[in-house]
Amino acid sequence: MMNTEVTFCGVTMKNPVTTASGTFGSGMEYTEFCDLNALGAVTTKGVAHVPWPGNDAPRVAETPSGMLNAIGLQNPGIDVFLERDLPFLQQFDTKIIVNVCGHTEEEYLAVVERLADTTADLLEINISCPNVKAGGISFGTDPKEVERITSAIKKKAAQPVVMKLSPNVTSIAEIARAAESGGADGISLINTITGMKIDVEKRKFALANRTGGLSGPAIHPVAVRMVYEAAQAVGIPILGMGGVLTARDAIELILAGATMVAVGTANFHHPEVTMNIIAGIRSYMEHHGIRDVKELIGAVS
Amino acid sequence: MTETVGEILYNQEISAQIFELKIKVPDIASGARPGQFVSLYPEDKSRLLPRPISICDANDKTLRLVYRVAGLGTREFSGKKEGDSIRIVGPLGNGFPEAADHAGQKVVLFGGGIGIPPMRFAGEAYAAAGAQVTAVLGYRDRETFLSEEFTRFGEVMIATEDGSVGTKGNVLDAFRETQGEADLICACGPLPMLRALQQFSREKGIPCFLSLEEKMACALGACLGCVVKTVKEDAHSHVKNARVCKDGPVFSAEDIEF
Repeated sequence: MMNTEVTFCGVTMKNPVTTASGTFGSGMEYTEFCDLNALGAVTTKGVAHVPWPGNDAPRVAETPSGMLNAIGLQNPGIDVFLERDLPFLQQFDTKIIVNVCGHTEEEYLAVVERLADTTADLLEINISCPNVKAGGISFGTDPKEVERITSAIKKKAAQPVVMKLSPNVTSIAEIARAAESGGADGISLINTITGMKIDVEKRKFALANRTGGLSGPAIHPVAVRMVYEAAQAVGIPILGMGGVLTARDAIELILAGATMVAVGTANFHHPEVTMNIIAGIRSYMEHHGIRDVKELIGAVS
Repeated sequence: MTETVGEILYNQEISAQIFELKIKVPDIASGARPGQFVSLYPEDKSRLLPRPISICDANDKTLRLVYRVAGLGTREFSGKKEGDSIRIVGPLGNGFPEAADHAGQKVVLFGGGIGIPPMRFAGEAYAAAGAQVTAVLGYRDRETFLSEEFTRFGEVMIATEDGSVGTKGNVLDAFRETQGEADLICACGPLPMLRALQQFSREKGIPCFLSLEEKMACALGACLGCVVKTVKEDAHSHVKNARVCKDGPVFSAEDIEF
């Protein structure tokens, strides 16, 4: 009997696969391609205390083995989320990770408080979006800020709190420790890496926002390295992500120390990809005689 | 909406860098409506994102697409041969207004450049529904691909930038040479053309539906990568930014600001 179950921040998932925030909406658009019941969890698009319009278009640009995005966290706000998106997800036998975004501590707390008496299983706090600036600095790049905001959110949150970390830092270990010191139940990484693309024919920026977040297989080795470094630095569990396209990529992050893995940009490449990755993890386990997926967590030498 | 693999039946260059592609893909073709599009995926794994391509024609089994080689992904498609396969998702988007609602009306279809192919599918549907169809097609030069096919649906007017065929100028110049009357306008083409038609239809009080193009990532409505500013709050995010792929690509001209 093969066991793919994992317990992440006290929440038991049927398998270690979820979706990366912003790549899967709230699942609705993918139901024609994926059985949401098959996912360990669905991670929602970031939700703020009020609707956010996001950035001007063009917001996306393809790059070799990846893409840049500068959506700017367009979202309908917590009211619509609670009326429409959360009830939709509740129909499925999967865990719900709600991604929370804000410009200020107060804005994050406003969303976290609204989620307190809901069926959300976990909160993922986005302190690392490269396309939204709070007072000129992302919360996620200063260890003191990370610890402070984590601790403030933990005081209000009813669910376990996962801090989503930025890779755009000198030491991911330091940031991971700051989240742990602030009381985070888990961390997720990596968010996108800041990049830029210029159309040389038009001599114009490819994105209206000029810079954007790089994602996709191009960043996978960076994700593996950072998940490994974070896993060495902290005792709290890790949700690993960054360029996962196949089951092997997912297993690589688990071996580096992730308990769960999120699939992001690959959903755009192949809408059914999460189903293939879940099946592929089982095949890998079967092939290697692994009875419990937990045996693989951090099992690299 | 289906993700599947289609079989290439035909793929030929019909004008400079413009290719006609026929794909046997019954799951998608049988449900396609005029104004919808499909996502085609390059095989090269370094190019991850779908290429959204409008539907030029469809029957129960086959999709016909006419696309321009605009980059490395579409260049890969242009090398496909009969019998090759291609990964495809669709049909996507909303489509033009239901043809049956416009029986007996004067429907004017504007197409500019690579915006012409979807108007062919629309022209067939409106003509079949009993509308009086006029197609106003804008080209760069005398390579007026697909223009002959439109003669089956009604009157055809052509505008060329270099004046080699029809009116020298743009589609609106050509249309203004007539009485310029319409009960419904549908259009696809470059942004300046669509802006001009938005203004024209507003002045004349003619209902006008524009098919838009934007860079897409998922093309399914999930990522919010392709948006157009709207006059009223959009239904999804309530922020006056509608999704071109899901809420469109066809929008009422009076609903969008661009």
